[in-house]
Amino acid sequence: MGKTLLQKVWDLHTVRTLPTGQTQLFIGLHLIHEVTTPQAFDGLRERGWRVARPDRTFATVDHIVPTRQRQRPFLDLMAEDMIASLERNCRDFGIPLYDIGDDRQGIVHVIGPELGLTQPGLTIACGDSHTSTHGAFGAVAFGIGTSQVRDVLASQCLALEPLKVRRIRVTGRLPRGVYAKDVILTIIQRLGVSGGNGYAYEYAGDTIERMSMDERMTICNMSIEGGARVGYVNPDETTFTYIQGRPFAPQGDVFERATAWWRSIASDRDAVYDDDVEIRAGELTPVVTWGVNPGQSIGIDGTVPRAGGADQQATSDALTYMGLQAGQPIAGLKIDVAFIGSCTNGRLSDLREAARIVRGHHVAPHVKALVVPGSVAVQKAAEREGLDKTFRDAGFDWRDAGCSMCLGMNPDKLEGNQVCAASSNRNFKGRQGSPTGRTLLMSPAMVAAAALAGQVTDVRELVDEVPAGVR
Amino acid sequence: MGAERIETIEGRALPMRGEDIDTDRIMPARFLKSITFEGLEAHLFEDDRLAATRTGQVHPFDEPTYRGASIVLVNRNFGSGSSREHAPQGLRRLGIRAVIGESFAEIFFGNSLMIGLACVTAAARDIEALMALVERDPATQLRLDLRNGVCEAGSLTVSVSTPANVRDALMTGAWDTTGLLMDRYDEVNALASRLPYLSGFSSPQPS
Repeated sequence: MGKTLLQKVWDLHTVRTLPTGQTQLFIGLHLIHEVTTPQAFDGLRERGWRVARPDRTFATVDHIVPTRQRQRPFLDLMAEDMIASLERNCRDFGIPLYDIGDDRQGIVHVIGPELGLTQPGLTIACGDSHTSTHGAFGAVAFGIGTSQVRDVLASQCLALEPLKVRRIRVTGRLPRGVYAKDVILTIIQRLGVSGGNGYAYEYAGDTIERMSMDERMTICNMSIEGGARVGYVNPDETTFTYIQGRPFAPQGDVFERATAWWRSIASDRDAVYDDDVEIRAGELTPVVTWGVNPGQSIGIDGTVPRAGGADQQATSDALTYMGLQAGQPIAGLKIDVAFIGSCTNGRLSDLREAARIVRGHHVAPHVKALVVPGSVAVQKAAEREGLDKTFRDAGFDWRDAGCSMCLGMNPDKLEGNQVCAASSNRNFKGRQGSPTGRTLLMSPAMVAAAALAGQVTDVRELVDEVPAGVR
Repeated sequence: MGAERIETIEGRALPMRGEDIDTDRIMPARFLKSITFEGLEAHLFEDDRLAATRTGQVHPFDEPTYRGASIVLVNRNFGSGSSREHAPQGLRRLGIRAVIGESFAEIFFGNSLMIGLACVTAAARDIEALMALVERDPATQLRLDLRNGVCEAGSLTVSVSTPANVRDALMTGAWDTTGLLMDRYDEVNALASRLPYLSGFSSPQPS
């Protein structure tokens, strides 16, 4: 009987079964950032422990960093305190840090792949729930809390429960104007925000196989929004081509041996899954969230649902918070802010597609619009292509790399009950930094379209106007 | 293992109704901007509490009759979203020792176990019965018995469950895993040396 990638990687990294019955799993790559680590390092110091594998630990700053006026010390002294703490910890424990001012700085889930650190067959942990992003490469990657960060620093291991595997096959051609973001939002809407609890999601099928690494990362990134701590795609030629030549990628003959091994860890054809789901790409439309969790979404042609059935209370609570009427069309909803960026959709291909839509147009007068590259590398590549100028000419702010307006931990925040069209991953109450702020999740192309129109708009009507691009 | 053995938890309860309560709501992100966990208990559900106050309601975490509770009662998928341990840390620092709910998000569940905050599940109708009882009489004493998988509250006794190894970890004090993981580090090194990507991809391939 064949095995899934998850089973192979899990078995390969199992040190032993602990007396508690949990698996002691070796962690091949530990990524850290400023927000979820200070207390973990304090824990090490209190007990006089060292970092077990500083050679397998890499740090950057992303959550609290400003996306402009980045001179030190930061104006926000608490943010300055956090970054200074990470700098001290990395220095004391010998961990490489891609700090502000370094060309390798960026959102942790953007720089790992860019640097070639993220590779197939690894176990990857990071104190951030969107660590599932790295599964796009055929790694088993999951978010952890600070006490677990301490465990990994001290022992390079975690105590974990085994996961079941649900295969989600996406088949067929995506219609024009429908993107990876729409695929994952649809999956979450259909399977529910807790449907993936206890599962790893294996994304498969010809639609996924045709996707670029950037697109696969968008899909895997939001696995956790469906309750699945781990999401992955089996590695293939697209994966190997992406990795080749990157700073931490295997070089020369070693790369050949590496690809042979990477191929071998993909799920076997006769692997057995705990569950199997199919999504037909041809039926999909651009998706927009209307509520306060990523499962509360509808197609752009749809209307905001009426409260009813089992979710009556949740629906009516969400409608009240969002200030929406049941039965109201989502298209035409006025927005105040447009945000393009985040670990979900802050990569070069996302910016290219958004730029294709805004080129030659202008942001609606009442809209504040910003583009935040996911990393310095994305920023520089975009600037070489002139995308910064395209966005600026259209009335967008062009910012420096960081998590920005995804999560309200840096100066980029909503104000009052502003409505934000966002390419990020969470529409939770207060998520974007204002306790009454409202978030509409959608693809970066849809955000670009909404910014121009000043309201939620069907991007399919705009992509007809421009020549077929990256897709 | 030095950690406390957690077998029974007694005290009053605080019902926190709602599905899919995410960790952004439990602990808004701005309170993560600190290099310690100190004082987080003051900020639990801060935005929800302010919103309730504005509309003339009293949030359960502001309700004086629930003050000093040891157990929180929740519905489905509690603790979804962000991996921030600050959410269970805030609860633990407020004096909460256990959360009884219909279901929990996985990362929240794991983070809670790491700090000895017991998360156990019960059937939806039993959660509703417990919530209704506590709302009627907030002075009700609950007794959560992990060994026997029950929660007693007045004349009500409901079944609760938690995975056997999680229950054992709590009951034997093995929930603080760092010591366990650092034990027998030679085995970890031996495994690492066999991993293809740590040995120039010259190791044998997996079967």
